[in-house]
Amino acid sequence: MRSRIFILIALAVAAAFFGASQLVANNYLFFAGYTVLQFIVLATAWNILGGYCGYVNFGSAAFFALGAYSTVFFHKTFPMPIPVLIVLGGLVSGIVGFGMGYLTLRLRGSFFAIATLALAVVLQTLIVNWDYVGGSRGAYIIRPNTINLAGYEIPYIEYLFFLMLALAMFAIITARTIERSRLGFGFATIRDDELAAEASGVPTLRLKLIATTLSGALMGMAGAPFPYYIGFLQPQSAFALDYAVNSIAMPMIGGTGSWIGPLIGAILLGTIQQVATVTISSAVNVLIVGVLLVAFVIIAPNGLVGLVQDMMRRERR
Amino acid sequence: MDFPLELLINAIIAGVLLGGFYVAVTIGISIAFGMLDIVNIAHPAFIILGSYLAYILNAQFGIDPVLVGLLMLPVFYVLGAAVYQVYYLSFEKRGQEALRGLAFFFGILFITEVALVLVFGVDYRYVEAAYIGPAVHFRFIDLPYRLLIPCVLALAMFTALQLYLGRTFVGRAIMAVAQDQGALSLMAANPIRIKRIAFGISIATAAMAGAFLIIIQPVEPSVGREYIGRVFAICVLGGLGSLPGTVIGAMLLGIVESITATFYGPSWAPAVSFGFLLLTLAFRPAGILGR
Repeated sequence: MRSRIFILIALAVAAAFFGASQLVANNYLFFAGYTVLQFIVLATAWNILGGYCGYVNFGSAAFFALGAYSTVFFHKTFPMPIPVLIVLGGLVSGIVGFGMGYLTLRLRGSFFAIATLALAVVLQTLIVNWDYVGGSRGAYIIRPNTINLAGYEIPYIEYLFFLMLALAMFAIITARTIERSRLGFGFATIRDDELAAEASGVPTLRLKLIATTLSGALMGMAGAPFPYYIGFLQPQSAFALDYAVNSIAMPMIGGTGSWIGPLIGAILLGTIQQVATVTISSAVNVLIVGVLLVAFVIIAPNGLVGLVQDMMRRERR
Repeated sequence: MDFPLELLINAIIAGVLLGGFYVAVTIGISIAFGMLDIVNIAHPAFIILGSYLAYILNAQFGIDPVLVGLLMLPVFYVLGAAVYQVYYLSFEKRGQEALRGLAFFFGILFITEVALVLVFGVDYRYVEAAYIGPAVHFRFIDLPYRLLIPCVLALAMFTALQLYLGRTFVGRAIMAVAQDQGALSLMAANPIRIKRIAFGISIATAAMAGAFLIIIQPVEPSVGREYIGRVFAICVLGGLGSLPGTVIGAMLLGIVESITATFYGPSWAPAVSFGFLLLTLAFRPAGILGR
C-alpha cells in the first residue's frame, strides 16, 4: 500500500517538475536538466548492484555506451520511436551485463570489478573498429526540431527531457521496490556476508545475476536517447570516464544504503558540474568529483545520508 | 600464397620483448593483488606518473630515463607505503575494502589522470636517449634497443624480487602474509608492517615500469587505462601470487598481442587481453601456475 502512495507521490513530483519546466522559456535548462536526470538513472542503476549487493561496477560507461550505440545501430537499420529504442538499449546492455556476470561472479568479488574495468576498453576497441556505427569518426543523428505528440507540437529537447524524467522515476521506483522486497533482503545478505548467505540457502549467484542484469539494463536505457541529445556520437564521448566516475561517486557521496542516496548525490553533483562546466572548465570539475569521491569514502563512508543520520542520533541523545 | 614466416618470427620476437616489458608493468600488481589481496586498480596511474617524471627530468636535465627510474625507486617506495597506510586505516581496519577500498583506488586513478591532463595537456610526450631508434639486425630479425633494454632490465628486476622474496626474512614474511596473516603475527612479525613494505615495493616497481613505458612509446595521461586490462589479465593468467607465473603470462600475452597487431592491425590489440582475462576466468580461474 505504502508503495502505491510512494509511486503516486513520485508521479506528482515529476508532473509538478515538468509543469514548472513548461513555464521556463530557456532551452538551456532542458539540456542541463536532461544531464542531471541521466545521472540520476545511472547512479540509481549503479547502486542496485553496488549499494545493495556490494559489487563494484567500473564499467558504467560501457553499459551506457552500449545503449547509445544500439540506438545508432537501429537508427540506421530500422528507425523506431525513442521509447522503443530505450527498451532495446536496455535489452542489449542487460544481456551483456548478464554474460559478464555469469563469467565472473562465481569467483572472488574483485574479479567482477576488474572485468568491468576491462570491458569498457574492449567495447571501445570494438566500436572504433566497427564502421557501420561510425567507427572512430563518429555518427551523426539528426534531431528534428519539434515532435508532434497527440496534436501538440513540442520542442524535441523537451520531449527528450520528459522521457529522461520518466526513466528517472522508473529507476527510482524500481530501486525502492527492490529495497523492500525479498529480492532486496537477499541482496543485503550478499553484501553483509556472502558465505553465510550461501550457507543458509540464499541462491547468491542467481541474485547477483539479477542485480547485474537489472543494473546494466537501466544504464543502457539511460544511454539510448543520448545520440539524439548530443546529435553527434563519438566513441570518446560515449565511453567518457566521466560516466564511470560519476555513477560511482554519486551514490558514494549521497549514501549507498537506500534509493535516496544516489538521488541526492546525483542532483547535488550533477548540478554542481553543470554550473562548474559553464563557469570553470570541464577538466577541473571532473577533478572535483574525483577528489570528493576519495574524501567521502575515507571520511564519510555512509555518505551524506549517513552524516545526517549520525547528526539526528546525536540530537536524540 | 606463401606463408610470411619471416613476419611471424619477427612478430613472435617482438612479442617476447614486449612481454618482458609487461613483466615490469605487472610485477607490482602481482605483489599487491596476488599476495596482499589489495585490488590496486590505480597501479597504471603510478606507472604513468613514473613516465612523466622520466619525461620531466629527461627534458630538463637530460638524465637517462632508466636512471630516473632507479632514482625514483625510493620516492615511489615511500609513496606506496603512505598510500597503504591510508588504505589500511580507512578501509582494511574497518573491513570495508571490498566496496570503498576499490572506489578509493578508482578515485586515485582518476585524479592522477585528470591532474596530468590539467598540467601537461593531452599531447604525447617522449624522452630522448641514444638507444631509442637503433636496432640489432640478425639476418632478417630486428631487435630494437628500445624494446630490448626494457625487456632485459625488467627480467633483472623480476630475478632480484624473486630472490628477495625467497631468501630474506622480510621477503618470506611477505609470502607468508599472503597465506596466513594470523600465523605470521604469531611469528613475531607485524603483518601490517610487512604489508606496508610489500606495497611500497609494489609501487616502487611502477617507477621502473614508467621509465620503460616512455622509452617504448610516447605517453599521454590516458594511456594507463589500456594497461588495466593487461596487467590484471597477465596476473590472473599466470596465477595469483606467483611471480614466475607472471613472467609466463606476460610473455604469452605479449606474443599473442604482437601477432594480432602484425596480422590484423594494432587497433585490435587491446581486445586480446580482455579475451585472455575472460577465458582464464571461465576455464581456469587459478591461472597457469596458481594453486
